[in-house]
Amino acid sequence: MATALSLTHLGSLMRGVRSVDEVGADERAASLAKRSIKKSSKLWALDLAIRCMDLTTLEGQDTPGKVAAMCAKAIRPRPGDATIPSVAAVCVYPLRIADCVEHVRGTGIHIASVATAFPSGQSFTNIKVAETEECVRAGADEIDMVIDRGAFLSGDYQRVYDEIVAVKEACGNAHLKVILETGELGNYDAVRRASILAMAAGADFIKTSTGKVQPAATPAIALVMMEAIRDFVRETGRPVGFKAAGGIRTAKQAITYLVITYETLGPDWMTPDRLRLGASTLLNDVLMQIEKERSGAYQSIDYFTVD
Amino acid sequence: MAITKKQTEALAKQVFEYAPAPEAIDHVKVQPRYGLFIGGKMVAAHSKKRFPTINPATEKTLSEVVDADEVDVDRAVKAASKAFESWSHLSASRRARYLFRISRILQERSRELAVVETMDGGKPIKESRDVDIPLSAAHFFYYAGWADKLEWAFPNRKPRPLGVAGQVIPWNFPLLMLAWKIAPALAAGNTVVLKPAETTPLSALLFAEICMQADLPPGVVNIVTGAGKTGSLVVSHPDVKKVAFTGSTEVGKLIQRSIAGTGKKLTLELGGKAANIVFEDAPLDQAVEGIVNGIYFNQGHVCCAGSRLLVQESIAEPLLEKLKRRLSTLRLGDPLDKNTDIGAINSKAQLEKIQGLVESGIEEGAELYQPECAIPERGFWFPPTLFTNVSQSYRIAREEIFGPVLSVLTFRTPSEAVEKANNTPYGLSAGVWTDKGSRILWMAERMRAGVVWANTFNRFDPTSPFGGYKESGYGREGGIHGLMPYLDLN
Amino acid sequence: MDVRKTYKLFVNGEFVRSESGRAYRPNGGGVNVPRGSRKDLRDAVRAARTAFGAWAGRTAMNRGQILYRAAEMLDGRSAQFVELLGGGVRARRELDQSVETIVWYAGWTDKLPQVTGTVNPVAGPYFNFTIPEPTGVVGVVAPEDSPLLGLVRRIAPALCGGNVVVALASETRPLPALTLAEVLATSDVPAGVVNIISGQRKELVPWLASHMDVNAIDVAGCTDQEIKAVEESAASNVKRVIKIREEEMSPYLIAAFMEMKTVWHPIGV
Repeated sequence: MATALSLTHLGSLMRGVRSVDEVGADERAASLAKRSIKKSSKLWALDLAIRCMDLTTLEGQDTPGKVAAMCAKAIRPRPGDATIPSVAAVCVYPLRIADCVEHVRGTGIHIASVATAFPSGQSFTNIKVAETEECVRAGADEIDMVIDRGAFLSGDYQRVYDEIVAVKEACGNAHLKVILETGELGNYDAVRRASILAMAAGADFIKTSTGKVQPAATPAIALVMMEAIRDFVRETGRPVGFKAAGGIRTAKQAITYLVITYETLGPDWMTPDRLRLGASTLLNDVLMQIEKERSGAYQSIDYFTVD
Repeated sequence: MAITKKQTEALAKQVFEYAPAPEAIDHVKVQPRYGLFIGGKMVAAHSKKRFPTINPATEKTLSEVVDADEVDVDRAVKAASKAFESWSHLSASRRARYLFRISRILQERSRELAVVETMDGGKPIKESRDVDIPLSAAHFFYYAGWADKLEWAFPNRKPRPLGVAGQVIPWNFPLLMLAWKIAPALAAGNTVVLKPAETTPLSALLFAEICMQADLPPGVVNIVTGAGKTGSLVVSHPDVKKVAFTGSTEVGKLIQRSIAGTGKKLTLELGGKAANIVFEDAPLDQAVEGIVNGIYFNQGHVCCAGSRLLVQESIAEPLLEKLKRRLSTLRLGDPLDKNTDIGAINSKAQLEKIQGLVESGIEEGAELYQPECAIPERGFWFPPTLFTNVSQSYRIAREEIFGPVLSVLTFRTPSEAVEKANNTPYGLSAGVWTDKGSRILWMAERMRAGVVWANTFNRFDPTSPFGGYKESGYGREGGIHGLMPYLDLN
Repeated sequence: MDVRKTYKLFVNGEFVRSESGRAYRPNGGGVNVPRGSRKDLRDAVRAARTAFGAWAGRTAMNRGQILYRAAEMLDGRSAQFVELLGGGVRARRELDQSVETIVWYAGWTDKLPQVTGTVNPVAGPYFNFTIPEPTGVVGVVAPEDSPLLGLVRRIAPALCGGNVVVALASETRPLPALTLAEVLATSDVPAGVVNIISGQRKELVPWLASHMDVNAIDVAGCTDQEIKAVEESAASNVKRVIKIREEEMSPYLIAAFMEMKTVWHPIGV
């Protein structure tokens, strides 16, 4: 409970949660997506996209071998090219944390694990807390939890709030990213409300999606969540990070999220400490775009490692 | 690693200023001199007077155009009168086809038109590309379809065209205003003589080429360039049966007076001083976008601009904080850059008018806010500007500034908002931001304005009638109502 | 011996003498008629402006019923009007047509928006509609001939749409108009919604045309010369000048006294 705000404070925040006009938000996001990022700015943006990336595998078929390969890619995305940075974190299921620890220890890359009955969140709170504790014990320093959408949609905000508080406590020093699974919330009003709720309960980051539900991250959802962050920071002074996840596959999409971040939250958020892009297949497209900018020629996947 | 974390923080502020992304201009051919478009071809003018049209962002001359005189205007009107005989008797479906054809050519040449519009007028390329040109093409497409359906539009009447329409348009949306004027006129079976604005004649001259490319019969569209004098010659020509003017209320009144007793049909689309009203329950972040779009779109050179922000006192502080923050993200500069939000002021004269009104605002006691913003050395520029502590009596709250200048006033109750919003001789548009459905309708009903945007602002569509109450003019452009001014229904 | 009637102006629902104290005798007849002044006109416009909001805010059906009530009252006094109109078949026809006109427009109040309003299919996620709204204070210069029907043909459509009216009665034959005021006063037309001034047109029309709080002026009763002067003055506040042939009866005429208002709203969740 230490990091969470008091319930009185939550109450005041929840009363202040405003509606979002869907069409207006969509139009603003679309106009930001039309920003034209060229040359040096583009290279800088692509570099940042890598440094903010949570390289992710969340499959039932994940094995130690698969995770080892991903970790290698995370550390050195472009073998032989030292100018390409490592990613921010690797993100895996709890049982694969140990594999990550083995491969990324000492590289500065964070280990993120999904917890709390990912992706549905339909389990007992004590199990979720226990799972979180096990993950941290196994070596994860970032926890990506899912909110209980069932509780949220039935109006039981208290339950959602309490669970986040409990999981945050179980995290200890690990950073907590709270996944709202916006694709299941129905509209932007709910996204905004869930964002405020998660931040009030102590989230270090709020995150769009699990990647298991469509639609996942969209520019407009990102905009709405970032606007909620902006208001939360204004009210409380505590900065909260943002993570977009699900469906981000191209460098162009990644740059759109960077532009939205830049114009909504400002330059202070243009860092892996406050911005993450969760993705499994984005990295190679970013690498190909960097190479294209440098060489002037369009690239083929055959020249990049597929891990 | 190429860039350290510390560097990143510095770079975030510096490097991510988006490198220049200029629109290519090599495909655009502007001729050094233009004649007049009369009787289906570009002809040499009788007038020997010419004047340059410049790029307001660079002050460089783009071309020279004719200052058409009485003989030129008379030739144009005669050509239009002659063409009216056959055009008005052409089968309506043929007329429709010409308009469809023009619409298609506008789409095909959209990039070229967008670039010319931006160079000649100073508006950001993203606006000419995404708003002006597509809407112009859409307008022709919409009215093309009406040409052979007029009898379904006006039950119990046999709609007949009026004759030659004399049309005078402004410099803020040169091609779009041309489309708003020419498309319904032609669909209804009239022919036209159009005078584009003095500072932005080029897209109209390009449109002349498009008429030729479309094989439009000679004389159906005639374009004469010039200043105010040429415009008054067009509207006062005895063979002009219909006058359509978009521009300032001052000139509109002069026209209304000058054609008194002539029996000419008149439509006027004049100035505005719209209130954009934000209630305490509004979706604030979208309201901020709407406010920005309402007053900084096209540098505020918009007759329906939301130039008076009426904000409920209980949320004035957070709203203004958000608004000021948003202003700091607006990018002013090269209109041809795809990331530019605020382009150049259209002309030196307009810049001086804006400067004068802003000075009056400071003198009268309003508090000025302008974000930090580098102003290019050449060209005409004015930073996005916001005034707080404004009273209804200040000039900046009453007069149309036609620039990127917003006056902020507060209100306490819905009735006070209505009273303040309507307390103006103008009545073109209004904005209402609230989450409450019944209040939207309550407000929409009470706004004495021709267009009410609720939870949005500055949206346009060919199917949607546009025009004012009170001194903002009369007659509508767009939609089925936009046909009426071009038809005789008696 | 008869008890003779003193004719009065009709302003703000009341029968008043001209503030000027002047009168004139139309066609050199024996009846004194008030010679309204610019100040009477000013008072009438003020009364009309005050009445406007509430009248425009009535439901369309209510306005229709009030107009219909006026037709009933007019019909009930048909003998008096026929006499005022000079008697005979022509007078009878004018009276009948006047009643018919009011009845016709009474039935239009709740249909006009359905005929002239539109829902506009814009290319985007917006609901967009256009509705007719009254322009406000309408000045009517009634035709000299057909002194009842000419006036009714303008007042009825203007009221139908929710406007308020300041009408100048026929100068040479003002009695039917001033008597129509009695009909309106005893029907349910609220005070100030219709104001009728008699007097000299030459004296009054310029003030009506230049009044900054008059939104539109109907010149059905004006000569070409007068129209030119009205149009020049009308420019001072961009007044709408309605020049439609006197015998017109149509929703297009109602719409001539109306403004089209277009409302946009996003469609979203």
